[in-house]
Amino acid sequence: MLDKNGIAKRIAKEVQDGFYVNLGIGIPTLVANYVRDDIEVEFQSENGVLGMGPFPYEGEEDADVINAGKQTITTLPGASFFDSAMSFSMIRGKHVDLTILGAMEVAETGDIANWKIPGKMVKGMGGAMDLVASAENIIVAMMHTNKRGESKLLKKCTLPLTGVGCVKKIVTNMAVIEVVEQGFKLLERAPGVSVEAIKQATEGHLIIEGTIPEMNI
Amino acid sequence: MINKKVNNVQEALKGVTNGMTFMLGGFGLSGIPENAIAHLVTLGINQLTCISNNAGVDDFGLGLLLQKKQIKKMISSYVGENDEFERQMLSGELDVELIPQGTLAERCRAAQAGMPAIYTPAGYGTEVAEGKETREFDGKMYVLEHAFKADFAFVKAWKGDEAGNLIFKGTARNFNPNMCGAAKITVAEVEQMVPLGTLDPNQIHIPGIFVQRIFKGAVYEKRIEQLTLRQRD
Repeated sequence: MLDKNGIAKRIAKEVQDGFYVNLGIGIPTLVANYVRDDIEVEFQSENGVLGMGPFPYEGEEDADVINAGKQTITTLPGASFFDSAMSFSMIRGKHVDLTILGAMEVAETGDIANWKIPGKMVKGMGGAMDLVASAENIIVAMMHTNKRGESKLLKKCTLPLTGVGCVKKIVTNMAVIEVVEQGFKLLERAPGVSVEAIKQATEGHLIIEGTIPEMNI
Repeated sequence: MINKKVNNVQEALKGVTNGMTFMLGGFGLSGIPENAIAHLVTLGINQLTCISNNAGVDDFGLGLLLQKKQIKKMISSYVGENDEFERQMLSGELDVELIPQGTLAERCRAAQAGMPAIYTPAGYGTEVAEGKETREFDGKMYVLEHAFKADFAFVKAWKGDEAGNLIFKGTARNFNPNMCGAAKITVAEVEQMVPLGTLDPNQIHIPGIFVQRIFKGAVYEKRIEQLTLRQRD
């Protein structure tokens, strides 16, 4: 079974040379640490920066340069700043090549829920609804089950939706799954995790075709 | 040159009154109109509707207006990190409308650009689209979202001149340019008021036509919400 860094490592392999990438908060943020050095990738943050670099050294932080998580960041050569409308023009206009975000639930139809739990304090969707409504290439990074051990890969989401029919790929601590018309197609399993265990942990329809290879991370 | 300069925040906020709708720039605490907010607290006006991506933290930004119970309604995309906000929201004292961040930006921009509404794919099929007109374009569904109507827009820029021209810095730009000219009166506060003619016309982000009043903010705290550092090797 993978930990959060393991999930990030596996997702990093999906990042290709020349990609503009938007990373959500949580596990997705870790993906930046594992992208190959020999490819050119630019990270977009929806608060208005393209070409995000690492966190600043002490004394070099700038209140005017932050990411969507409100953390202080730096920029790399070639970076640019822009306003919020332009930022979402990049997102809605499909100029961002890959969006990686977390989720509370994903349905076998590609629906995603990740912004609201009824009865709990609702913080808001931020840019998540804009991202999932438009991105062609969305990867969800999440644990396969919740804290109570219940599957997060469902026939139908139980929580309020963030978007419908939009998730294409899911990487969990147990598996890599592609969302196809018929349901969740199992592509890879995490090291040491059996197909049977994945089946047990998946409530939605799991499609298993042939031998399922172990992830190479 | 049409002079937009006013001497201080008191002059800049002339005309604000109870029950008005305000737009306020900023993302988190970055690029918020600190001086305008501080003066709204001093004026003590209330029953306000505030359009702002976030709602500040307990003791800074819009949190200061929340503490004094001056806000009736917030229209935002994300409102975490604020206990008083949470208390007022759960008790029903505060009305909160949560909308997608890109929709928030575009509803400002539509108001700025004289467009009554826009179609966006964001929120289709979710509770955000409930009761709203939807329409199919090229096989995809979109939601009709209306331009905001606001009395004042309070924005913060890095540099400005008497003509009202503005230049923003870093990610403190965010919603500020989209709110300029999107309300009946746009009030810009700047860190640096530079002599007319010193800003390169090629580099101006917002032309002065979108700004009615400009002033130099007396004090800027520019608080960092999440100081995150890298260790030196």
